[in-house]
Amino acid sequence: MGVLTSYRLRLQRKRWRIRAIRKRRELRRVTDRTGTIRPEHVLLFATLRNERVRLPYFLDYYRKLGVSHFLIVDNGSDDGSRDYLREQLDVSLWETEASYKRARFGADWMNWLLSRHGHGHWCLTVDVDEFFVYPFCDTRPIRALTDWLDASSIRSFGAMLLDMYPEGAVDDEPYREGQDPLEIASWFDAGNYTIEKNPRYGNLWIQGGARARAFFPETPERAPALNKIPLVKWQRGYTYVSSTHMLLPRGLNNTYDEWGGEKASGCLLHAKFLDNFMLKSVEEIERNEHFARSKEYKAYLARLNETPTLWHKWSERYANWQQLDALGLMSRGNWA
Amino acid sequence: MSLGFCMLVHTALHRAAQVARHWAVAGCPVVIHVDRRVPKGEFDELVARLAHLENIRFCPRHRCDWGTFSLVEASQSAARMMLSDFPEVNHVYLASGACLPLRPARELTAFLAAHPDTDFIESVKTEDVPWTIGGLSHERFALRFPFSWKTQRRLFDRYVRLQRRLGVRRRIPAGIEPHLGSQWWCLTRRTLSAILHNPRKAEFDRYFRRVWIPDESYYQTLARSYSRKIESRSLTLSKFDFQGKPHVFYDDHLQLLRRSDCFVARKIWPEAQKLYDSFLSDLQIVQNHARPAPARIDRVFAEALHRRVRGRPGLYMQSRFPRDGWENGRTAACYSVFQGFDEIFEDFPDWVRRMTGVLPHGHLFAPSRVEFAGGETVYAGAISDSATLRDYNPQAFLTNLIWATRGERQVFQFSPRDNQQIAPFMAGDANAQIAIVSGAWAIPLFRSSLNFADRRREAARLQKIETRFLSSLHGPQVKARARIWPLADFLAAPVENLQEIAADLGPHRASRMTEAPALTDLTGFGAFLQQLRNEGMQPHLMGEFPVENDAEAGTPQPSRIDAAG
Repeated sequence: MGVLTSYRLRLQRKRWRIRAIRKRRELRRVTDRTGTIRPEHVLLFATLRNERVRLPYFLDYYRKLGVSHFLIVDNGSDDGSRDYLREQLDVSLWETEASYKRARFGADWMNWLLSRHGHGHWCLTVDVDEFFVYPFCDTRPIRALTDWLDASSIRSFGAMLLDMYPEGAVDDEPYREGQDPLEIASWFDAGNYTIEKNPRYGNLWIQGGARARAFFPETPERAPALNKIPLVKWQRGYTYVSSTHMLLPRGLNNTYDEWGGEKASGCLLHAKFLDNFMLKSVEEIERNEHFARSKEYKAYLARLNETPTLWHKWSERYANWQQLDALGLMSRGNWA
Repeated sequence: MSLGFCMLVHTALHRAAQVARHWAVAGCPVVIHVDRRVPKGEFDELVARLAHLENIRFCPRHRCDWGTFSLVEASQSAARMMLSDFPEVNHVYLASGACLPLRPARELTAFLAAHPDTDFIESVKTEDVPWTIGGLSHERFALRFPFSWKTQRRLFDRYVRLQRRLGVRRRIPAGIEPHLGSQWWCLTRRTLSAILHNPRKAEFDRYFRRVWIPDESYYQTLARSYSRKIESRSLTLSKFDFQGKPHVFYDDHLQLLRRSDCFVARKIWPEAQKLYDSFLSDLQIVQNHARPAPARIDRVFAEALHRRVRGRPGLYMQSRFPRDGWENGRTAACYSVFQGFDEIFEDFPDWVRRMTGVLPHGHLFAPSRVEFAGGETVYAGAISDSATLRDYNPQAFLTNLIWATRGERQVFQFSPRDNQQIAPFMAGDANAQIAIVSGAWAIPLFRSSLNFADRRREAARLQKIETRFLSSLHGPQVKARARIWPLADFLAAPVENLQEIAADLGPHRASRMTEAPALTDLTGFGAFLQQLRNEGMQPHLMGEFPVENDAEAGTPQPSRIDAAG
């Protein structure tokens, strides 16, 4: 890495930070309970829109893992998400009607809240349909993981996005509030992922899974990125560059081993394909607030209208983290 | 009671208090050293919490920095207080605030009573130490280390390098020989007094003040001079990872820790409620006389080390993406590639299945689609048969397939007509077994109804491609096992050659080769080759094929075998 590239990335990082600071004006505080945050707390950051029915399970899932405080941006929900969140004692809520796209798909808002409230904390940045799984998550709370990361001088923890889908048609089984979405969307693709190294940021670019297989068989380069680094011991100078796929400074993207060994990693179980998915896709296409003119959503709809199932006989049914570890989708590394 | 504990405490004071109380109540005196960096409020709270136990004392506090002499001073100060305040103590056990007794104190006392003169301290000569991190073993004693490794790493490294360059060597005090070992020991009063009260103590302390990580060498070295009987092992169970940092025990290690039969373990995660609850409860089960067996639980930690350092061969994933040459095996298992066989034989894949039980794929790298066995559109690992997806990253396609089918031998056909991007990768893969009958690609052309000019052009193209593949299988970088026959040579003894191939696929099945696949009819093939030559092309990969006219010219036709017939 030359001095020049280093310097350019540094400028870029500053630019994203300044942008985040500017974008803070779009956020209006609804409830601010950040005063209750203790230094040792693990924090969760999320942006959402109309996720009322998913919220109770989502919050519970992360409370059980040991997340102490939720910092959430509500991007113009009209389904009661805001009222629900306002009543949760461990949630601090901001709202905005501004463009999701122009906030770089929420990254600017997240960067602002992270730098304002995340400094010195382990911060988990996820979407409401993403469920973080890490080695030993059935027996050890997230604090065990972050303590271990601290002791190992590791600053960031990777967790690949794993697309989950139901056995039947995507909109067959209705999702009930409070239900574990993985009861319905309990299947995944076990081993069809492709990886490339991104020389500029040093992160891995992972594609594949059910979405590449079903929606992008002819245009694989358009398949969505699945690499994510959602858990970071945040410092004021850090920024997410694009969604939670990569960060600056680049060292934070170094969540993989290049000399044959395996570093510890987790998965984000992505329960995107539930019964309201089709409806949401139509809405997202109309709003046109997503990446690449919402091409992704158009591809989803086209395929699902034709064949509404993603399941086939080689799909794997999710059981536990040990299974993902054995399949090589995540690794316990040297955490024993 | 003859056992006392010295405890070095830095964090999680409530856990340290719990453990200290447990030992004190069992009748073992405890002297606690609390890091001076612990705030006064917390310290006072700890003192207050334990005030009612008169066999718990607090010794003068030092500021403790990892890797420095301050840790030795802390233990010295605790040990001195232990020896002077509790004259009945015969063995002193050095523990930390993150230690947890796994067995009742009375079992440990009984064990020590049976070995009244033995010092339990791991103490290994520097030359024989396998575990040193950062390449520093003897140099710990021969160089000076004024800078902190944790907070002044750059200075630390530079100063080490400078001393190496200058050839600086410290003089080791006469009469001692450097030894290293775990800092958690259990020494007899006799040995410990000799170390703490010996006339040369000032000299030794001055020397060890500049040794790196002296808490792993001070007592370990000096005990060698004063002990009557050393048993070189620590009674404290502790496991280290590849960075030399102790593994932490959690609630889910409960059974593992029980199985170890060790007396004390470290380090315990402070939030491991279940561990503290079960091991500190008074309801300790039956009397246990077993000797500690820390090796019993080694496997778990050895596996973690292996995972971190070597990883799983053939796996490419989000946290393992080895650079070229660092894969420890490019693919997860052996696989076979056949080029030319399905052109020579009518039903080659089916014959492979009948002979070996392996279900072979067709041309996995065919231009139009992936020809999975059984014509499947999606295969193991949910790999799609889309050629576009495959060609997006052919290497990932192959490594994924081999990984997803671990335990099942993969066999597929290959040809110059297929996507060749994967060829260099296979050539460098020790798991690839490649069998090639070169020039066999001409057989479909010979049969084709295309006009001759097109066939000639195609022949030239395919020959070029195959030549490139063949030459990629020679050279120092090649790891694949390749068997190559020119078409004519192969046809001279097809049965023997097939026998070899069958042996590769499954040695135990080779002897049972009862049938050979049906050879395709090659009458007139020699003439076809001659025609190509006449048109100015030089088909050279087939070997010496006779330019016959018919069967009597000795074409390979007679070698057509059919055991059933």
